[in-house]
Amino acid sequence: MESRIRFFLLTVAMATALPGCALLGYGRENGETPEATVPSPGEQPVIQPEVVRREVVTPKIETENFEVGAFAGILGIEDFGTNTVYGVRLAYHITEDFFVEGAVGQSRAGKTSYESLSGSAPLLVDSERDYRYYTLSAGWNALPGEIFIGRNRAYNTALYLIGGVGSTRFGGDDLFSINAGVGYRLLLTDWTAIHLDFRDHMFDTDLLGTNKTTHNLETHLGLTVFF
Amino acid sequence: MQRWIRRAGLSIGLLALQFAVLQAAAAADEYQVVVTDPYLELHTGPGRSYPVFYVIDRGLTVTVLKRRTDWFKVRSDRGKEGWVSRGEILATLGLKGDPLDLQEPSRGDFASRRWEAGVMAGDFGGASVLSLYGAYAVSDSLALELTGSHVLGNFSTGVLGTISLVHTFVPEWRVSPYFTLGTGMIMTSPRTTLVQGPDRSDQIAHVGAGLRGYLTRRFMARIEYRSNVVFTSRDDNEEVDEWKAGFAFFF
Repeated sequence: MESRIRFFLLTVAMATALPGCALLGYGRENGETPEATVPSPGEQPVIQPEVVRREVVTPKIETENFEVGAFAGILGIEDFGTNTVYGVRLAYHITEDFFVEGAVGQSRAGKTSYESLSGSAPLLVDSERDYRYYTLSAGWNALPGEIFIGRNRAYNTALYLIGGVGSTRFGGDDLFSINAGVGYRLLLTDWTAIHLDFRDHMFDTDLLGTNKTTHNLETHLGLTVFF
Repeated sequence: MQRWIRRAGLSIGLLALQFAVLQAAAAADEYQVVVTDPYLELHTGPGRSYPVFYVIDRGLTVTVLKRRTDWFKVRSDRGKEGWVSRGEILATLGLKGDPLDLQEPSRGDFASRRWEAGVMAGDFGGASVLSLYGAYAVSDSLALELTGSHVLGNFSTGVLGTISLVHTFVPEWRVSPYFTLGTGMIMTSPRTTLVQGPDRSDQIAHVGAGLRGYLTRRFMARIEYRSNVVFTSRDDNEEVDEWKAGFAFFF
């Protein structure tokens, strides 16, 4: 039974395939066969193919996605007064919309109101008043645009929202910190920018007895270059 | 403090120098393309929201100066400079009629990457942890990884350095799982507002698993779980669960 079915299928296959083959050969029989595809010995082909290998040049286009710079400003350390802050930042621009930024900064805490008024023993020793932080943040260029100064000058700008995590060394301890803020980048040229940043550094501390979340507001001006 | 300022000043100076060298190198190595679309639009800045202020006609030559994210700064033969999107620059041809090859990393490169670096953040037995890592792949599936972590807890803080072997089962998957096994050191110091205890230094070992997911270009996302054992000098070893998520790039 099985062999009969196979015979039948084979017959059908041949019946369909063979006329097809005949059709394939049809054109050639009518003189459309390319003449002498293989040159006989001693005979040169009419056209000598002269294929020059194309030289592939891979362009080395300089990329400018990194931005590095320094900043200085003021930092209000909760309960410990306001002082100057300065630091450096490095950013990488992933797309025109998003970037990541790492920054380190340093400031110094003053005296609490209690320390100044009561004249009692200081709460912190001198080295514990050093305030150092690092942040790892992601930013979004929310409002890119231009500002026009006078008739002939236009500068590219971007207002960005930025936030991230990091660590703050204060009171002799490393404290996990969250930062969030907004910044304004003004490009003086294609590769130099001025930054104006407002940032809130938040961390939990029990320096003054009870555990609480402190907000430490920073405002700074920065200068960066792209490379 | 003084030293810190001096060091910062020195690094900025070095960077400026490097920048100047880069600028000089760029000037010597300019690349020209021919506009093949009806016209090429020049924006005032590297972004879609910056307005188009100039167009260059088909057949004219432009010089590609530099690239920022997906935007290219070009100069027309009349000296106009502006920014062109990646899509438009890809539609141009080189002076010999060759298509522009930007040699951008893709998913294929993700599978066969050699160097990888990234940052991660998460939870380390109830404390917060921030990690920086770098890895070198010996083969497509086996990599050697160095991780430095900062552990920030309510009772103590610590610095942690580990070296691990990372095995990726199927490197060519877009989301690809891996195993990790390693050892290192952890330096723990108690919080100063608590009892002034001595700083401790202990050996630590871990076994863990994670997932890498290719995002775009040279970027990936990564999540990881590690089961750590801290070999303390006390009678009992300490076991710490660690969960992290992060962002990395390869090159």
